[in-house]
Amino acid sequence: LACFLTHIRSSEVTASSRHYVDRLFDPDPQKVLQGVIDMKNAVIGNNKQKANLIVLGAVPRLLYLLQQESSSTELKTECAVVLGSLAMGTENNVKSLLDCHIIPALLQGLLSPDLKFIEACLRCLRTVFTSPVTPEELLYTDATVIPHLMALLSRSRYTQEYICQIFSHCCKGPDHQTILFNHGAVQNIAHLLTSLSYKVRMQALKCFSVLAFENPQVSMTLVNVLVDGELLPQIFVKMLQRDKPIEMQLTSAKCLTYMCRAGAIRTDDNCIVLKTLPCLVRMCSKERLLEERVEGAETLAYLIEPDVELQRIASITDHLIAMLADYFKYPSSVSAITDIKRLDHDLKHAHELRQAAFKLYASLGANDEDIRKKIIETENMMDRIVTGLSESSVKVRLAAVRCLHSLSRSVQQLRTSFQDHAVWKPLMKVLQNAPDEILVVASSMLCNLLLEFSPSKEPILESGAVELLCGLTQSENPALRVNGIWALMNMAFQAEQKIKADILRSLSTEQLFRLLSDSDLNVLMKTLGLLRNLLSTRPHIDKIMSTHGKQIMQAVTLILEGEHNIEVKEQTLCILANIADGTTAKELIMTNDDILQKIKYYMGHSHVKLQLAAMFCISNLIWNEEEGSQERQDKLRDMGIVDILHKLSQSPDSNLCDKAKTALQQYLA
Amino acid sequence: MKTGEFLFLLFEDVPILISDIFYDWRRQTERRTGRELAAGPSERARGTPQLLPSAPCASSRSPAAPPHVRVRRVPERPWPGSRASAGLDYSRLDAELRLGFEEPYRGEVGRRQQKEVKWEEIRPHGGRRRWPVRGRRRRLGRAPQRRELRASAGERLAGPGEAPPRAQHRPPRAPPAPPGLAAGPCPAGGAPAPALAASSSAAAPFPHGDSALNEQEKELQRRLKRLYPAVDEQETPLPRSWSPKDKFSYIGLSQNNLRVHYKGHGKTPKDAASVRATHPIPAACGIYYFEVKIVSKGRDGYMGIGLSAQGVNMNRLPGWDKHSYGYHGDDGHSFCSSGTGQPYGPTFTTGDVIGCCVNLINNTCFYTKNGHSLGIAFTDLPPNLYPTVGLQTPGEVVDANFGQHPFVFDIEDYMREWRTKIQAQIDRFPIGDREGEWQTMIQKMVSSYLVHHGYCATAEAFARSTDQTVLEELASIKNRQRIQKLVLAGRMGEAIETTQQLYPSLLERNPNLLFTLKVRQFIEMVNGTDSEVRCLGGRSPKSQDSYPVSPRPFSSPSMSPSHGMNIHNLAPGKGSTAHYSGFESCSNGVISNKAHQSYCHSKHQSSNLNVPELNSINMSRSQQVNNFTSNDVDMETDHYSNGVGETSSNGFLNGSSKHDHEMEDCDTEMGLQLDAFSLLAYSDPWNSPVGNQLDPIQREPVCSALNSAILETHNLPKQPPLALAMGQATQCLGLMARSGIGSCAFATVEDYLH
Repeated sequence: LACFLTHIRSSEVTASSRHYVDRLFDPDPQKVLQGVIDMKNAVIGNNKQKANLIVLGAVPRLLYLLQQESSSTELKTECAVVLGSLAMGTENNVKSLLDCHIIPALLQGLLSPDLKFIEACLRCLRTVFTSPVTPEELLYTDATVIPHLMALLSRSRYTQEYICQIFSHCCKGPDHQTILFNHGAVQNIAHLLTSLSYKVRMQALKCFSVLAFENPQVSMTLVNVLVDGELLPQIFVKMLQRDKPIEMQLTSAKCLTYMCRAGAIRTDDNCIVLKTLPCLVRMCSKERLLEERVEGAETLAYLIEPDVELQRIASITDHLIAMLADYFKYPSSVSAITDIKRLDHDLKHAHELRQAAFKLYASLGANDEDIRKKIIETENMMDRIVTGLSESSVKVRLAAVRCLHSLSRSVQQLRTSFQDHAVWKPLMKVLQNAPDEILVVASSMLCNLLLEFSPSKEPILESGAVELLCGLTQSENPALRVNGIWALMNMAFQAEQKIKADILRSLSTEQLFRLLSDSDLNVLMKTLGLLRNLLSTRPHIDKIMSTHGKQIMQAVTLILEGEHNIEVKEQTLCILANIADGTTAKELIMTNDDILQKIKYYMGHSHVKLQLAAMFCISNLIWNEEEGSQERQDKLRDMGIVDILHKLSQSPDSNLCDKAKTALQQYLA
Repeated sequence: MKTGEFLFLLFEDVPILISDIFYDWRRQTERRTGRELAAGPSERARGTPQLLPSAPCASSRSPAAPPHVRVRRVPERPWPGSRASAGLDYSRLDAELRLGFEEPYRGEVGRRQQKEVKWEEIRPHGGRRRWPVRGRRRRLGRAPQRRELRASAGERLAGPGEAPPRAQHRPPRAPPAPPGLAAGPCPAGGAPAPALAASSSAAAPFPHGDSALNEQEKELQRRLKRLYPAVDEQETPLPRSWSPKDKFSYIGLSQNNLRVHYKGHGKTPKDAASVRATHPIPAACGIYYFEVKIVSKGRDGYMGIGLSAQGVNMNRLPGWDKHSYGYHGDDGHSFCSSGTGQPYGPTFTTGDVIGCCVNLINNTCFYTKNGHSLGIAFTDLPPNLYPTVGLQTPGEVVDANFGQHPFVFDIEDYMREWRTKIQAQIDRFPIGDREGEWQTMIQKMVSSYLVHHGYCATAEAFARSTDQTVLEELASIKNRQRIQKLVLAGRMGEAIETTQQLYPSLLERNPNLLFTLKVRQFIEMVNGTDSEVRCLGGRSPKSQDSYPVSPRPFSSPSMSPSHGMNIHNLAPGKGSTAHYSGFESCSNGVISNKAHQSYCHSKHQSSNLNVPELNSINMSRSQQVNNFTSNDVDMETDHYSNGVGETSSNGFLNGSSKHDHEMEDCDTEMGLQLDAFSLLAYSDPWNSPVGNQLDPIQREPVCSALNSAILETHNLPKQPPLALAMGQATQCLGLMARSGIGSCAFATVEDYLH
């Protein structure tokens, strides 16, 4: 029976809704108008009714009436109002409206001379564009739209509010910023910051925050804009005052942060150090709403990221580090019991809070050892980070890894806290099948953990890091390739023979060659570094050269012949020097006249560093106490090396001079 | 100003020079002085008084002249009159105005004068000089002529009264002022600001003028006033420097007691030494802040910055003892009444500026380092803490900034936040639950207010549109309105007559009120508003009898209340077409005064019917004066705090305070009369030191007293509920300040009056 009743009820509702739709088709325009007005009153705040009307096809008819030349302005306006009301409903409503091509129709409506109608269209557009389901590109498809909107900015405070709101929601990325900027957004919106209407001021402020984000061009323009005789940064600072609404404080702090990061304001400017930074720290306090705390922490993290002085100031301001520890206390145990609504709210924001806190910790600890220490000493911090590494939310995991990466720059922490908390374990887990963004940070952190003094090195190796890192070197992402090869380089430093062999085997010489011809200079450098680390201590050199000698010599020749910068060549010569240090490996050089000629060439190179590296090579080859040194000395003398050595012993560079003299002594002995 | 404490002080056996009495008279001159400052030198010269030919100048110079009055704790009896040895012949005046006089003048008013800025002294040779006020009271003795005038007048007037002769005369050369006076409460709050500003702008007449204040002090004054507008510095002075008395011997002070250096051995923690500021932090600050710059960290940099209560051992660093709190530079720890610190903030050393902010609303404290807030250090702080610094090793030097310089930290921004918070709290305060109740109450308040002041047409219209009934009959309102208009027009004779016609027994039962009216009438006669004779010299023998004669509007000076601040240089009789329109605005201006002045008397209506009216005049008078002495920023604050301050203390001392009022009344009466008579001493009374009495604005208190008396006979409240509520709110704020509730700093009644 209950089922039956609900059925009846729903059919009643549908019937009444149908009545509204039917009236839109009345031949009498007056009745149509009345119908639209009644519909407007019926749908306000009634999501069910909205859905019904959409299902019953009210939208196309409304749009038809809206676009019809013969419709009165009043009718058009009412239609726009009803459509705006429908857009206020669920996301599905918005989707349906988009499917009916509401945006072009409304944009067309903006060309009307009637202000009321324009405002209704803008209000509806605003609602549609602020929905997450609307692609913002729709605003930019017609090139005439933006200039027209700019022109409408002067019409009324409502047009100002709605247009600014549309801009701030639809400006995603540098392309959009450039379009808006080129159409004079800065000049058109700047004066709205002194509008009497709070809403207009607020939306204008939001506009600037999205315009300035990572955009030096806009930011540099903003610092010099004058509004009522005041520079824009000054106006933003005024909006930071503590008696202003929190939303305004936060948004103006964002504007200043973005301008600072874009290089338009110096990081030691008082408006950053004494105004923006303290304001953002305040936004992290317990008194603020959860959303505000998230935004505050993220913005602050962004602001202080590159500047150690700002990091130091933030770390002492209002006990920020302790304040952030509260971010992990949601949902609190109290909220779970007492208030379901609050629990729900807390749960929703818990992830956001945690990742924001991790981000801020990461920024705080990026450079200063004392701050890192303070962070790690915060109650349960390492446990929290470790837990964060295995959270389901990608955002939290990423932030946790970033935080850990920041902290891993400390030698002391690597040896203590990181070891105590077996950080490597969850880290290795994160590295499995993680998205690239996490992999980048996690692998760069792995680099730190694989440093030779790190106690985590052993367990990480045991858990299959070599395979994983070799896998990374094949990645499309250059950052991953660098991190992979870098980690391998660190791993190979003073490593046992077994590890080195493992690395060579897993990496394969083909991959090594590929890396040596990598377009990314960093990859090349680190690969050479890896080779150097592999080719250290005599037994290892001989062992490796006996198996891979030919390929390595090829690679070296290739690089020495190629167009590379000094550092690369130096690194390569160092590899040769290492090879020359081997017992059997020496022969690979001595039998290769081509290489010997190259060494000779670099001894006479104009760059001291290269001369020095070549010198190392020679001196390893002619070293007396070793077997067969006499033949090598003779061969090299025949090549004219001794003359060069004599010349070099007169060199102004004392280091080079000393080396040359030592080498000459080998001949004399 | 709080009459309560004021009276309390009076009860202590404090000798008061008769010259102090002159303060009352001086006070009247204050306004004029203020004007003269603005005017050119020629203008000043014009005010030179001319003694009446009949004045026995010789006797005025006689060394035996001014007797002293000693006020004793005998409140039950009215004070006997003081008889001076010589005086002017005022018999004629006396005959003209048969003044009912019960009690002679008492020196009390002089105490309120502390805040007085400066005055013009009339020297024996007739020249005038400006004197700085601070510590210069005794110099009043150099005005023998005026003093004689006053004293003799007192004598003459006291004659016909029933009062016994005043006791305790003293030789003329006065002992130094009792120390209590300097710090004693004054009737108006926050006075020193204009005082300092004014005195420094005048040419210093003495080579060693102690009021020669330098720029720094002026800036300090300005900043303190801006930061802590709610603080009444007469009652609770703000810390301005370190106290040379309240410090350990190892502490040395220099640079106006702002720089602290260590001069002990500094070997062990036993050698620690502290110094407190001169005053505790007043609760009415709401938010208090000071900064300390580390000039040198010395040997070890064991510096502590913080707060401590009075009496805490100074041989220690702040924070080590009970009721002592500190932040130490060597380890960055905070010490909360304990020998062991808690990790708090960064360390600090040479060149750093450390700030300490006390939030008296939630009783917390935070520090700042180089302008960055370090977060809450202490909670649950006790009241009345002193800024304190402690040093422990040789070479440590710190400089304090109590407001002498701009602060590094933006404390005003922090204050703004709290002001907004408090105001939001007030705005959101839940009001009546039942629907419409609140609105009805407001409407009643508005309506009663309109009725009270006799705006009958407006009241009627308002009552009609809001469905309210007016208790008083329309005719009655109109009558009152008529009388008020007459008073405000200066037509006192008519006003008295009309009152007598309409309310036959009112003035008979209220002799003091009648007296007040008549004194005013006398003044109006001098003014030319209420007599046939335009009496420049103050001689108007017949005016007393001729009051029924209607005033001649065209012979009255064209003053309107809006010109109250200007000197009336216009000769009387210039025509006054603007007269009536002026009165309209004047009566509007009355409101605020009247409102709370009359409020204070509600407590002792039955005991002494005639007291309140005069009392209110007294107050309003002082209020007027305050208005003119204070600079424009303070004006409003003074205005209200003053009026209601008196109100409140009367309320407190309810019952027992009856006698004080009696005494005060007689002072007032005498003062009134004396002031009125003094007008006669000048050829140009408008520009005389007592000329402000002629200002139409002075009619307002008289008018309000009369209005209240009439309402009382109808068993209607003497003051409208609106004024009552306002007075109560103001008093409440004062009470909060005294009870240590800091939020009073950010809730002033004025904020809600516009």
